[in-house]
Amino acid sequence: MTTEVVSEAEVKKEPEKADEQPAAPQQDAEQESEQPAAIQDGDTPRTASPQTDRKSKEARGLSRFLPPWLKRQKSQSRTEPSEDHEDKAPMEEQLEAPPPEEVSPQEAERDESHSIGSADTQPAKEEKGEEFPERIGDGKEEEDLLESKAGEKEDEPLKAEAEAEKSSLKPAKKMKTVTCQVTLLDGSLLPCEVEKRAKGIVLFVKVCEHLNLLEKDYFGLCYKDHADQKCWLDPAKEIKRQIRNCPWQFAFSVKFYPPDPSQLTEDITRYLLCLQLRQDIASGRLPCSFVTHSLLGSYTLQAEMGDHDPDACCLDYISEFQFAPSQSKEMEEKVVELYKTHRGMSPAQADAQFLENAKKLSMYGVDLHHAKDSEGVDIMLGVCANGLLIYKDRLRINRFAWPKILKISYKRSNFYIKIRPGEAEQFESSVGFKLPNHRAAKRLWKVCVEHHTFFRLVTPEQPPKARFLTLGSKFRYSGRTQAQTRQASTLIDRPAPHFERCSSKRLSRSLDGVPGLGMDDQAGATSLGRTPGEKNGRDPALELSSDSKTAGDMEDSQRQKAFEEEVPSSSLLSSTVACTTSVPAAEGAIAVGSPPAAAHVAEKALPRADGPAYSSNDVGKTAEDKQKSDTLEQAEVEIEETVVIKEVRKAPKVEVTVPEVVVTAVTEKEPEKKPGGEAEGRGGEGVTQRGSTSSDSHSESEDEAEYHPQAPSVSVDQIKELPEEEEELEVEAQPLEAEPTAASPCPTTEEQEPALKDEAQNGHPESQSPQGSVEEDEEDEGEPKLNGDASRAETEGFPQVICCSEPPVVKTEMVTISDTFAAQKTEISTLEVPIVHTETKTITYEAAQVDGAGDSEPGMLMTAQTITSESLCTTTTTHITKMLKGGVSETRIEKRIVISGDSDIDHDQALARAIKEAKEQHPDMSVTRVVVHKETEVMEEGKD
Amino acid sequence: MAGLMEDFGNFTHAVVRAIPDSFANEDSRRKKTVEVDLAKAQREHELYIEVLRHQLGLRVLELPADESLPDCAFVEDAAVVCGDTALITRPGSDIRRKETEAVKMVLKEMNLNIVEIDDESATLDGMDVLFTGREFFVGLSERTNQRGAEILADTFKDYAVSVVPVQNGRHLKSFCSMGGPDLIIIGSSEQAQRALKIMKQMSDHRYDKLTVPDDAAANCIYVHLPDKGHTLLHCTPEEFPESAKVFERLKDYLLIPVSNAEKVKVDGALTCCSVLIHKKV
Repeated sequence: MTTEVVSEAEVKKEPEKADEQPAAPQQDAEQESEQPAAIQDGDTPRTASPQTDRKSKEARGLSRFLPPWLKRQKSQSRTEPSEDHEDKAPMEEQLEAPPPEEVSPQEAERDESHSIGSADTQPAKEEKGEEFPERIGDGKEEEDLLESKAGEKEDEPLKAEAEAEKSSLKPAKKMKTVTCQVTLLDGSLLPCEVEKRAKGIVLFVKVCEHLNLLEKDYFGLCYKDHADQKCWLDPAKEIKRQIRNCPWQFAFSVKFYPPDPSQLTEDITRYLLCLQLRQDIASGRLPCSFVTHSLLGSYTLQAEMGDHDPDACCLDYISEFQFAPSQSKEMEEKVVELYKTHRGMSPAQADAQFLENAKKLSMYGVDLHHAKDSEGVDIMLGVCANGLLIYKDRLRINRFAWPKILKISYKRSNFYIKIRPGEAEQFESSVGFKLPNHRAAKRLWKVCVEHHTFFRLVTPEQPPKARFLTLGSKFRYSGRTQAQTRQASTLIDRPAPHFERCSSKRLSRSLDGVPGLGMDDQAGATSLGRTPGEKNGRDPALELSSDSKTAGDMEDSQRQKAFEEEVPSSSLLSSTVACTTSVPAAEGAIAVGSPPAAAHVAEKALPRADGPAYSSNDVGKTAEDKQKSDTLEQAEVEIEETVVIKEVRKAPKVEVTVPEVVVTAVTEKEPEKKPGGEAEGRGGEGVTQRGSTSSDSHSESEDEAEYHPQAPSVSVDQIKELPEEEEELEVEAQPLEAEPTAASPCPTTEEQEPALKDEAQNGHPESQSPQGSVEEDEEDEGEPKLNGDASRAETEGFPQVICCSEPPVVKTEMVTISDTFAAQKTEISTLEVPIVHTETKTITYEAAQVDGAGDSEPGMLMTAQTITSESLCTTTTTHITKMLKGGVSETRIEKRIVISGDSDIDHDQALARAIKEAKEQHPDMSVTRVVVHKETEVMEEGKD
Repeated sequence: MAGLMEDFGNFTHAVVRAIPDSFANEDSRRKKTVEVDLAKAQREHELYIEVLRHQLGLRVLELPADESLPDCAFVEDAAVVCGDTALITRPGSDIRRKETEAVKMVLKEMNLNIVEIDDESATLDGMDVLFTGREFFVGLSERTNQRGAEILADTFKDYAVSVVPVQNGRHLKSFCSMGGPDLIIIGSSEQAQRALKIMKQMSDHRYDKLTVPDDAAANCIYVHLPDKGHTLLHCTPEEFPESAKVFERLKDYLLIPVSNAEKVKVDGALTCCSVLIHKKV
């Protein structure tokens, strides 16, 4: 209905666009100088910032080695936003529903991300930009590549694409088009004409429009690669580049199985999910017991056939349905028996019941991948909404929930996850799995990245930051997350669309022998293509009377992404094997290189004996990155990427003790200390770059990628920091780049250690096992072991550190004991039954003579800056204010350190260290105020 | 039926078996140092059956004792029943294998779907199987092996089956049991806590836990009675005074202390002595 309008708009805008294009590079230049690090885009030059001049030079120098398309990226990103935005306008007029519903997620996102980029020229649209991280994908690069080849045609593909994305109307005239065959979930075949260079999104949007589907984020298109493996079509990339020479055949499938289908807004979405599950069940991918097969089958009959007709002999036609991979007469009888009991149930209700039962199945939504463990034993890795499941045969032998996973990476055919330390271990461990081949490893990695983002994050991950030149897979999930799609779904305001439920009879039959993908080779696809003739006996209008759902999980929508700046090594690595020609990993090209070492698939705790190099992986890489950047001029190409998972635990999470330290330092000194403070604030990174010795086989050029999932955070502080992000990024470059002199003094290491330990306990909050002793041995500092209860440790441990500051210290203490059982019930993973008390304690130490600094005299605010850094389990927020008071510049630094963990001992140490560190960082400043806010679980058992 | 959680703790029938006189003499698991008073054990057992019958209102199917099978009263090891399906086990101790026959017969008579283990390499003791209502945990112990667990997983396909290593010749349920929907009762020993940690890691679901000082006291029988609601059969204060106190924290529960002092000497925990079945009419 909207299509015509859109196309008009398209035409109308054309001249504008043409005008705009040449202007783009200028804008870039401007922007670069004005807002240096504000934009983290895929292309190197833009990341340059004044503070990291050296790097930018290197990067520029390096850019000579880059293929032209990489450099050209900017100009294009300039042109698109205007186009998209213009396009969207008419759409919005037409539809009352908000734009996200009509515009596909990726598209919407791109719009917005670009609007960041074009902030200077399009201020009006800027506001949206912050919500969505920019997306850069290989797709864009590729597109650019094409573009540059296409020369003067540059405009047209873009326009055509945008047009197609918008409306699926007519393909642009001059473009070659291809007919895609898309197998829908009901087994029918949808021929779709797309322009040959269209991206995945174009086809996907067309299919969704055909299906009249709004909640499309749960779905995707897949194709089979040469090895007959099911692959997801990346919406952000060109179709052609993904499928290569494979036929243009796709299957529309559920990509993310909603854990609670009742929260879907529309019946049509549920219906499609049902269809997918019926396939999954019939193919055996979703195992069920006899009883469940029968029950689900009975709901299928109810949905498709309406009420049981006592006159018709069901058993005649019933065997045409497939309820199970192999079904007995007995099962069919059971199905009919149950079917009879559903009388009066509407198709929508029957679907809902079907889903209510299916969602409880243990393999619901689990995407299985064959692998071998470290001992070469065959296992299966299952990716699901909650994390990664490890199966041996049918048995679950391990599980890694997303919060437990710090990093996901693959390298050649190995897939690694780095695990947050458990209570027993002090350090992270890495678990490696061997996949059949490199492509399988990468596929698994991608699926993990996508699932993590979709289910765990509120907004999609920041794309890899091209601090160093990065090639290789920068793949990130670019669509909407579940939280976003739920949010968007609440806005759906259309009458329930009419749709017809097709009989699954034929579908089931034709699916025989095509497990794993609802799509077959040519012949199979054709046979599937018969239009399903048999409609269910009901008037479609009846389906409107379905139960309405309220979507939008408050809890989810309230979650906020923790922005954090650590990206240790989105870097480049010069390969010993020269591979100037190497292709982005995302394209599947395996950089040659000679992989020497047998892939070390290992399950090991990382060596603690090495002291600072506690996480040898990271250290190695970062160190290497550094080397690389030093020798960048002759560097070739690296294919590696890193993103960081950060889990932030904040105070409200009870059951762990959460001391929160606010160290306020006031002084009247020059701004020199600023960089130090900033660098210091990010202890984690500081450590990361220290161990410059360890590096394993990274120097080979190979296809690998890492992903450090960021976890959502409830932290208000974090949210507040959002606008500051760019600044932080700027800052961060320093410790990574510069020589690790002042940037990372020893204390960082020390800070990190308790942090790690706390983290260890974080994962298993129920345990109270003291484990400080081991840690203690390592301390060179000779910090006395702060044992015993918290308050003692505070009162004793504190002065020791603080003594050299303002002598008179006023201590105030406030202790609250509250029953937070109720709160925990919702919040906390594990809880002590039946009662858990939480003790909240706030202790304030304050210098007796407040030097009138912050509070008494207003002064004039010169600058204010907030930096947040996170290490494993400490979140440090550094707030720096510069005031001008009576001609004297005063800098006030407030650090807020949140330490989450379990054991008192650790916290005290961490606390002491934090203060000490603060003093060391700012020797010329004085500590004026320390507030310790502590929440401790009161152990019931201990008291009995 | 597949309404997975709703039925948790709802039972209609119980299969039990009398304690043979050979019980005190040659128990396969007997720690020779422990003296078992046969008469006392038999009295306990009768009392236990009384509770099932009268306090829980279950229809109790009592099998006669078999003198050749000293441990035959521990019927739980012989079968795992979930929903309409009964998996007849293959106990890890070969002298106990015959115990399954009588149990199988009675379950068959109840029209349950009987699944048997053909695989000679598989062993499975029912006491190693913890069903939480949402999923299974199987202890890999001296009596239960990987293959046995796999067969369990194949039998109850709807549910996740996670494995938990259990050492020291014990069973998984030697130190834990379900105390209600989503509530795991767990002992305090290191082994118990380790197992709990593994279970928590393996599960997508968040379970509450109730920690009791004594491992043996952690083995309880939870039943949801239509009229009385949450009901828990647990150890007596005489046996485990500290642990018994812990159960008092369970509000809204009908608590029924059941003496088990003699049977527990031979690892005959409360759950061991019956197979509970929910049979819809």
